[in-house]
Amino acid sequence: MSEILSAFSIAFDLIVSLDRELIEIIRRTFLVSLSAVAIATLIGLPAGAVLAVVRFPGRRALVILINALMGLPPVVVGLVIYLVLSRSGPLGFMGLMFSPTAMIVAQCVLIVPIVTALSHQVLRELYEEYREQLCSFGATLPQMILTILWDGRRNLVTSVMAGFGRAVAEVGAVLIVGGNIAGVTRVMTTTIALETSKGDLALALALGMILVVTAIALNASAFLVGDAAPARQGG
Amino acid sequence: MPSLPLSLENVSLSIGGASLIEDVSLTLHHGPRTIILGANGAGKSLILRLSHGLLGPTRGSVRWGGAERLGPLRRRQAMVFQKPIMLRRSTRANAGYGLKIAGMPRSEREARVAQVLERVGLARLAERDARVLSGGEQQKLALARAWALDPEIMFLDEPTANLDPTATAAVEAIVNEIHAGGAKIVMTTQSLSQAKRLADEVIFVHRGRVAEQTPADEFFANPRSAEAAAFLKGELAW
Ligand SMILES: Nc1ncnc2c1ncn2[C@@H]1O[C@H](COP(=O)(O)OP(=O)(O)OP(=O)(O)O)[C@@H](O)[C@H]1O
Ligand SMILES: [Mg+2]
Repeated sequence: MSEILSAFSIAFDLIVSLDRELIEIIRRTFLVSLSAVAIATLIGLPAGAVLAVVRFPGRRALVILINALMGLPPVVVGLVIYLVLSRSGPLGFMGLMFSPTAMIVAQCVLIVPIVTALSHQVLRELYEEYREQLCSFGATLPQMILTILWDGRRNLVTSVMAGFGRAVAEVGAVLIVGGNIAGVTRVMTTTIALETSKGDLALALALGMILVVTAIALNASAFLVGDAAPARQGG
Repeated sequence: MPSLPLSLENVSLSIGGASLIEDVSLTLHHGPRTIILGANGAGKSLILRLSHGLLGPTRGSVRWGGAERLGPLRRRQAMVFQKPIMLRRSTRANAGYGLKIAGMPRSEREARVAQVLERVGLARLAERDARVLSGGEQQKLALARAWALDPEIMFLDEPTANLDPTATAAVEAIVNEIHAGGAKIVMTTQSLSQAKRLADEVIFVHRGRVAEQTPADEFFANPRSAEAAAFLKGELAW
């Protein structure tokens, strides 16, 4: 018991003293996950909008597939990216294995389906509401897509945050393709896993607390953003 | 090329196996204010949607000035829906959105939007989120938004259904002004007195069919169809 208590007190010290290793890991975690979420957003929002607006054969099947891919197990994604990027893999020549770039790719693969599926849901609903009016205006497909992306922006923030939440909290994929190399590819989740297994609880606890605070802050702000939309009025 | 005359030729519409519009033929010419009358569920809104090209007929054809494809002609038409669709934007942005889609430059747009909002009495609420406007205010905004487009054909689906008497009179005056400006008016209403005030010709719809298309004087004095006669006496059974 006293061991755990002392771990907590060291953890607090690490946070309060802005321990160099701790800060470096946090910085890298955010760099990797924010990059992944930025790329996933650039892919996922337009894809969600196109799926909401454009009718084409196989659209329904594609939507179902993307929804199913939301549940991809991170370790399997890690394994597949590993096979692709490893020295003998098809993209091995790029030498990305065990780099932050590989981790960004892995998280991207993991969250593109999430951002796409969630934004598709939001945009589909909005498009159903707007469709006749936009048709009546003679809006082109690109105009319709831009309109729903803009008008749906509040709810889209929530989809993007869900993607970010999944990316920062995930261990399996980044552990496999990043390798948890100190000073290079170590992020919060992989460090927690490693330090805990070594029985070195202080750093793990400090990072764990920061991860929890991040997750809570994310969800709270997603809620606030959604809540700030004015109530719909019947009419 | 103009989108008038607009003609429905033997148009039928089924959705999900239900036959909603059956073998409707009618022609709308430039000029007269056309009022579509009929009981709830008769098919008035569907006929407006077909005429505006929002729905395609299951059988038969719709032609705009002879063309079977509406294409860019749609931008010369405007529609005020029975349930106004409010974009998640301010009243002002809603009023100007059709013009923005049509590519009118911002400076011109602003002047036009200010003008129509003033005329429907919403200038005061220009910055308010359109979705918190009252039902009647939303209807006025929908009218202003369509009017701003200065269309060749204006479809109005019960545009005064939620309005108080003063606002109703104001909307009727605006409809007449739009008509005087050269637009074709195609409007539905539930109100016989309104139909009498506004109609130059009446299309009477009953259970998905057009019972008659008759000049207004004649329609109210001496309807051709038994259904319309019963409707005018307030005796039409559902
Ligand atoms: N998308 C749809 N799917 C199935 N049925 C529909 C659909 N749209 C309309 N209908 C049906 O078609 C009929 C005609 O509808 P429409 O909206 O044209 O009536 P209306 O004459 O405008 O009535 P109201 O005066 O109540 O507005 C109604 O019975 C309605 O239930
Ligand atoms: Mg109707």
